[in-house]
Amino acid sequence: MRRLLPHPYLSLTLVVLWFLLVNQWKLGSLVMALILGTVIPLLTSAWWPDRPRIRRPFALAAYVALVLWDVIVANFQVARIVLFMPRDRIRSAWITVPLDLTQPEAISLLAGTITMTPGTLTADLSADGRALLVHALHAPDPEAVRDDIKARYESRLQRIFA
Amino acid sequence: MTGFDTLLDLVLSALLVGGGIFTLIGSYGLIRLPRPMQRLHAPTKATTIGVGAALAVSALDGLGQGQISWQELLITLFLLLTAPVSALFLAKTLILRGEADRDLPPSPTGAAWSTLAPPRQDP
Repeated sequence: MRRLLPHPYLSLTLVVLWFLLVNQWKLGSLVMALILGTVIPLLTSAWWPDRPRIRRPFALAAYVALVLWDVIVANFQVARIVLFMPRDRIRSAWITVPLDLTQPEAISLLAGTITMTPGTLTADLSADGRALLVHALHAPDPEAVRDDIKARYESRLQRIFA
Repeated sequence: MTGFDTLLDLVLSALLVGGGIFTLIGSYGLIRLPRPMQRLHAPTKATTIGVGAALAVSALDGLGQGQISWQELLITLFLLLTAPVSALFLAKTLILRGEADRDLPPSPTGAAWSTLAPPRQDP
């Protein structure tokens, strides 16, 4: 079973994605969805040896909703800076975020979240995988941004991923 | 029913115009912000809401005509998955070419940032 379905979550996601893509409920679509859900995880398993351990899938859904809301807020903030802030008053800063997360999937999710949310952008990961390099468009207080990232996103991800 | 349709049309039009304005701001940010790393911020974010609004209009318009279309949801999902990756690659390119503004801070663990680290030897 483990060899046939190396990533059950990925298989399930692919099946659902295929149905959303074809936008109709037919038996043929189910067959195609099952084929894709089996073949794609098998073909890519060499590059994804470990299974992510998701402890609380529902908390993950709540996290996605939180991030979507923050993306909307981020857009307004960045738009305001772009339109109205004088160029020499924009204080960009590099921020290092030490990571408590260890699972690669969780770190990728955090990095993606940082890029999509208020005025921050993930630029790099340290070679030992234990810190993120983040660029902030306008951060007069870089420490506050770092603490905010850790408290708002990383702590939630830590609860989601065991 | 016509009152509701007019209201829906108004909301959809407002969303379209709003999304268009945000996309414009994102592109304007590319011209206005002085440094390469700053320029990266404007298109990655402002464009998300622009495309997001257009997709919401498409989905709501379908709902108004009694059809549920899930493809807009998929596009949103793929956008949220791919936008950070392209932004990360642009940032890494800037760092590698030395065009990222100012010196990078050291990582808290003392390890090099992976873009600048020597390639790892596979055992």
